[in-house]
Amino acid sequence: MASIGKIARRTFLVGAAAVAGGVAFGYYKYKQPLENPLKKGLADGEATFNPYVKIGTDNRITVIVPRAEMGQGAFTTLAALVAEELDVTLEQIAIEHGPAAPAYYNDAALREGAPFPAFDHSMVAETVRNAMGVIGKFLALQMTGGSSSLADGYEKMRLAGATARETLKAAAAQKLGVPAASLKTEAGKVIDAKSGKSLTYGELALDAAKIDPPSDVALKPRSQWNLLGKPQPRKDMPAKVTGQPIFGIDVQLPDMLYATVKMNPQPGGAMKSFDASEALKMRGVKKVIAIDSLYGKGFAVIADNTWRAFKAADAVKVIWADGPGQRDDAEAKKILADTIAAGGGFSLRSSGDPEKAFADAPREKLVEAEYYAPFLSHATMEPMNATARLKDGVLDVWSPNQAPSVIKIIGARLTNLADDKINVHTTFLGGGFGRRIEPDFSDYAIRIAMETEGRPVKVTWTREEDMSHGPYRPAALAKYRARLGNDGLPVAVHGSVASPSVMAGMVGRIMPGLPTAGPDNLIVDGAYNQPYTIPNFRIDGYKAPLSTPVASWRSVGNSFNAFMYESFMDELAHAGKIDPLEFRRKLMADYPTAIAILDRLKTLSDWGKPIDKTRAQGIAFTISFGTWVGEVVQVKDENGAIRVEKVWIVADPGMALDPLNFKAQMMSGAIYGLSAAIGQQISFKNGAPEQSNFSDYDAMRMNQCPDITIEILENSGHLGGAGEPATPPVMAALANAIYALNGKRIRSMPLNGEVSFV
Amino acid sequence: MKLQVNGTVHELDIEPDMPLLWALRDELNIKGPKFGCGAGLCGACTVIIDGQAMRSCQTAAGEVKSNVRTIDGLGKPDALHRVQQAWLDEQVVQCGYCQAGQIMNAVALLEANPTPSDKDIDDAMSGNLCRCGTYPRIRAAIKRAAAGQQTGA
Repeated sequence: MASIGKIARRTFLVGAAAVAGGVAFGYYKYKQPLENPLKKGLADGEATFNPYVKIGTDNRITVIVPRAEMGQGAFTTLAALVAEELDVTLEQIAIEHGPAAPAYYNDAALREGAPFPAFDHSMVAETVRNAMGVIGKFLALQMTGGSSSLADGYEKMRLAGATARETLKAAAAQKLGVPAASLKTEAGKVIDAKSGKSLTYGELALDAAKIDPPSDVALKPRSQWNLLGKPQPRKDMPAKVTGQPIFGIDVQLPDMLYATVKMNPQPGGAMKSFDASEALKMRGVKKVIAIDSLYGKGFAVIADNTWRAFKAADAVKVIWADGPGQRDDAEAKKILADTIAAGGGFSLRSSGDPEKAFADAPREKLVEAEYYAPFLSHATMEPMNATARLKDGVLDVWSPNQAPSVIKIIGARLTNLADDKINVHTTFLGGGFGRRIEPDFSDYAIRIAMETEGRPVKVTWTREEDMSHGPYRPAALAKYRARLGNDGLPVAVHGSVASPSVMAGMVGRIMPGLPTAGPDNLIVDGAYNQPYTIPNFRIDGYKAPLSTPVASWRSVGNSFNAFMYESFMDELAHAGKIDPLEFRRKLMADYPTAIAILDRLKTLSDWGKPIDKTRAQGIAFTISFGTWVGEVVQVKDENGAIRVEKVWIVADPGMALDPLNFKAQMMSGAIYGLSAAIGQQISFKNGAPEQSNFSDYDAMRMNQCPDITIEILENSGHLGGAGEPATPPVMAALANAIYALNGKRIRSMPLNGEVSFV
Repeated sequence: MKLQVNGTVHELDIEPDMPLLWALRDELNIKGPKFGCGAGLCGACTVIIDGQAMRSCQTAAGEVKSNVRTIDGLGKPDALHRVQQAWLDEQVVQCGYCQAGQIMNAVALLEANPTPSDKDIDDAMSGNLCRCGTYPRIRAAIKRAAAGQQTGA
């Protein structure tokens, strides 16, 4: 990572890639293999074949999963990619989060970020995607996000398993004196069918690791898969149902201290003064220190017990300065609207000439609407925390995080230690949803560890601290207009979307000083790149100068754009007097993948069939992270309150490597989206967030949870993501169902601003 | 003070108003109960005392007079409690952070009511938040465990 400064010499604008700092590189360097970080930490009798596989002479097989397990099941499915080719069962392997190392870069996350619709496979689109993948390798960005884990690992990890298998076979061939081609592998053994002899991988490991891996190995065709494509029991589950101490918050080290932080709740605001004299008299309190970080200004209390730290933090008298941001939501909305009014937006994809189409449009053919989505907290179940130890010139950080390479950057910046003196230990994550890509909680832990004379310190945030400090899903405002043709279908659609830039915010927090310029496609993601054929079409994005820190939140820009765009499509369908599902069928006629989803949804949900007057259905459709998803939501009026009764999801990820886990992710994404749509918002008053705990920022509960039916199709031809794509369409499908039920068109989230829910 | 957890009596020198959650986690290194909200809103810290599901973040350690049951004493990976086994059979878990609390709440429910209806399950479980959205599988696992209970499995 240290090389980022050296390679960031000239501006290199890849389409809408917001990292405009510039990356100059050569093809030759890209082709060089990255160092295998496992070589350093091998135990006696253990051999490594590549960054993903370790085998011990005791037949212990370890697969490294370089993406964080935060509930999405990546641990099991990524390991299955290796196990499939290595010819071992999932029972035979242990799985570990790897160290932070360039070998584990994620290029698919950047590839997916290329500013083209998922269905665009033109040469330009593919060239830019490949270029972004190369950048991914150079930035050595090891992160879990963008629903990219499987797309990224699909080839790399199968190749890791296959090359290890072939070297094991080569070692066996030498020992048995037979050609490698005559050997087969099964359940962790190399077998010579002719002689009936077999050798375990453990018996071969040390010799095999000395053999140069073959440069060309054949991957199994899908028809020969034993594990992939079939539901696998999740390997992380036994530990999770028995309460094992696997999360960041459970880290326990000898001589460990406990701490908490309290930062100015007004983003960007300074700490004027603090008086810790009362706190320091309290039992167990060791130290109170000021924290002046890029991510917040405030203080930390170090104690011998977390609760004592919490209590003492409340006893510190502190005076905060105002932050530079908006004082309240009205001001935020005004800034968003003014940004659009000022003009100068960017557009990534357009057809025809919407302006011309609007110029002579008769009034009765015009449809206009304005939508708003609020700031949102991720509200992971496990509050932010991290543990750090700075001892004898070595920094260790135990962190439930989605981006270990970022923690290395932060650690080096704070301690001036060399990269090889910093170890990042990624624990299991009690939810991520994008929040744990952020460096703040690790940054604070490292700063506090610099004050504890070598003793490790675990820093746990209160829920109140977690919820009132973002970085948040950005607020967004959009204005849409359309002209309908005589057939009721839109002739022209124009949208203007204003939101603060997530990409600029994230880059600024990770690598301050790296210039961020140009458009941010995340602002228009989920609106500009949907498979509707509309002759005159353009979406303009506007980077709004709201200073509230904003971050990736499950499905990022899609999370607000799908609500707005798909609500507007519903409005157009009703204005044009066309059934909303049929309306989409007509506009998506060029995309058989979409049509198959809509047709299946229609059958599953009995769409269009009369139901009683207390019930109604709404539909929405979004491609995000390479996965095509259509959803129908059915609502029921229960004495004036809305119950979300049923949800049908039909999704096409190209291929479901674990169908059971894929369905679990679809369900999870939909419930996450429904929670937000029904009642979540972070609102601002006097410059600070108003919400602080689940009492005023709740999520869906079991008694509110709908029946959810999920079906998978595999027509799209490209491996898409699982963690995020079910979240975007569900919010619009719910709003559209409410309109179908009672004629109330709700254009502002959360929807409980205008209707009540059970 | 004395605190009995999963049958073992511990001697502790702590303030009586320290929440049971932090006495367990930071003083006794019993990490099963999780910190989620500190305000009794999410259920991640649920333990069982006298047959009742209790929020350990809202229970003062000094007021606890009976044995505290936590997930750490419920079953181990090689000897699972029926409810834990049902959780595995239904592949309930995603991130898993709330599940210790969910399982303890379900255990308390099934001990009091071996054949809960959907409404009984809703009433007992709606105080336990899950941000991964595993509720439909939690419901299925509770029903599976209840059925196993009936047949003596």
